[in-house]
Amino acid sequence: MKQAYFIRRLIMFFVVVVLAATLNFIIPRLAPGDPIGAVLEELRARGASTGGDAEDEIVAAYRARFGLDQPIYIQYFRFLFNTLRFDLGHSISYYPQKVEAALLRSLPWTVGLLAISTVMSFAAGSFFGAMMAWPRAPGFMRRFVPMFMVLSAVPYYLLGLILVYIFAFVMRLLPLGGAYSSGTVPEMDLDFLLDVVKHGVLPALSIVLTSVGFWALGMRGVMVTVLGEDYLTLAEAKGLPDRRIFFAYAMRNALLPQVTSLAIALGTVASGSVLVEVVFNYPGIGWLLYNALRSSDYYMVQGVTFFLVLTVAVSVLIVDMIYPLLDPRIER
Amino acid sequence: MIESFIGRGKAAGSYILRTPKLLLGLVMLGSLLLLGLVGPLFVDVDKARPISVPPRKPPSAEYPLGTDGGGRDVLAVIIVGTPQTLRMGLLAGIVGVVLGTSLGLIAGYFGGRIDMVISTATDTMLTIPPLAILLVVAASVRTMSVENMAIIIALLSWMFPARTIRAQVLSLREQPYVHMARLAGLSDIRIIFEEIMPNILPLAAASFVGATSGAILAGIGLEVLGMGPQRTPTLGMTIYWAQLYSALINGLWWWWLPPIIVLIVLFVGLFLVSAAMDEFVNPRLRKTG
Repeated sequence: MKQAYFIRRLIMFFVVVVLAATLNFIIPRLAPGDPIGAVLEELRARGASTGGDAEDEIVAAYRARFGLDQPIYIQYFRFLFNTLRFDLGHSISYYPQKVEAALLRSLPWTVGLLAISTVMSFAAGSFFGAMMAWPRAPGFMRRFVPMFMVLSAVPYYLLGLILVYIFAFVMRLLPLGGAYSSGTVPEMDLDFLLDVVKHGVLPALSIVLTSVGFWALGMRGVMVTVLGEDYLTLAEAKGLPDRRIFFAYAMRNALLPQVTSLAIALGTVASGSVLVEVVFNYPGIGWLLYNALRSSDYYMVQGVTFFLVLTVAVSVLIVDMIYPLLDPRIER
Repeated sequence: MIESFIGRGKAAGSYILRTPKLLLGLVMLGSLLLLGLVGPLFVDVDKARPISVPPRKPPSAEYPLGTDGGGRDVLAVIIVGTPQTLRMGLLAGIVGVVLGTSLGLIAGYFGGRIDMVISTATDTMLTIPPLAILLVVAASVRTMSVENMAIIIALLSWMFPARTIRAQVLSLREQPYVHMARLAGLSDIRIIFEEIMPNILPLAAASFVGATSGAILAGIGLEVLGMGPQRTPTLGMTIYWAQLYSALINGLWWWWLPPIIVLIVLFVGLFLVSAAMDEFVNPRLRKTG
């Protein structure tokens, strides 16, 4: 039975990846016109095109280069094959730069900013959530944690805009955006690191403030269930100190489902980063996608969205693979 | 029949009054609805069109929320834009819940191969971030309308309801009264509609609020990225324009702050209603917080 479970999950992973690649292939082709035409239209609008026979030749050459002159099913299989090899094609706006090269360049910023803030809010949120369900928690906890839960309903980029206005524009304490001051050269020295941290405070804060509540909410739900278990009654009857019951008995058991959510949340880091990076001009994956959208860089948009799906799919797969080890009841 | 209906209405009314969370959430959502309904009576909504008023004017008696860089009265934009956002969310939420509930019912009740197909499809679609599909669609469509956006988002909003409803139906199916109904020779259709349906309605209602909120979140995200409807003024597009023309560093707070406040009221209202509904469905949560 165990094998069947793993195989089913693996098949699902491949279905997701192929489906994402297929959607990426089909949807843009349902729209009228083709990417070369779209770029040409833009060039014309800027008055940069000459028109006439020379133009037709250039178009034909480009269509051949991007494989658009082939029959549709060959285009599809070639696309699928290339995508699965992580060959995402060339950027149209920055030809001949490769899409995957641009992705890899932006990735560290996104991972650095979002992974750190996700782990921070996970730790704080789980602790607060556990305290909320704990009958002997200090009273102020009950009053101020619900505020975070309400805040979790607010999209983080909206809060981000307000934070930038207050702390960067009005009070001028922190930079307005970007990942480091313009004019500095990215180097591995202390000054540069401090600069990066200073630029990361506001985006990280907007993510942490709006996601602490989410973790607290989940933790509270599990904690309520755990507190009803017999082994907790026993621990109390034995006269164990409160602190020990809270951390070693209650919280430790309640954390298990939370860790699953954390793994998935870390997988969605890339897709969650899109809007926060736009608001803060942060040079990660989201910023790349935003610029690609604005310049109709077709292949770049496809490549980035495929990458977003891939990261989520991989993390879900990892969680599904680890879960039976943590909880033997899962494998049906 | 009618009496029991009134009785239930009264019971629901007193439940709302006893639950401050639900009351507050409903008041917040109601005030936004009112803004869209009554607003046009007091404010000339034609000023929501570009170049209808002088640009970049701070709030004054004539323009209570000032004007934006494109020559639009911000108050008029809010009054026109809020109902558009609500309409999109409700449309997507209804389609998503109806679709998801039906699929969840079918998968949970009949089980077997049908269940496997539906659950695999649900799990697969849950893995794909909706924003990714939306962006690819939006980038290809080029001209977006509120209706198009609602339909596309609706097609991506059925998975969560489907999963919750399926889990609930799986346990309901084994309840003694369902076994009794089956032994009594009731048809599958009658069992689904008369025995199971009434028991999943609260859950379906709760997931409707969740689906609506998710749909609005996706729609606003799309708009803030500049991929929303270009012709109709919407809240998200207003934030996009404000961003594009650096309203923030030029100190034009009245351009971007009002749509953000409306959105915060909307999301918090939806959150409070959905939290109250979760407590209604799952009474164990009522004791704490």
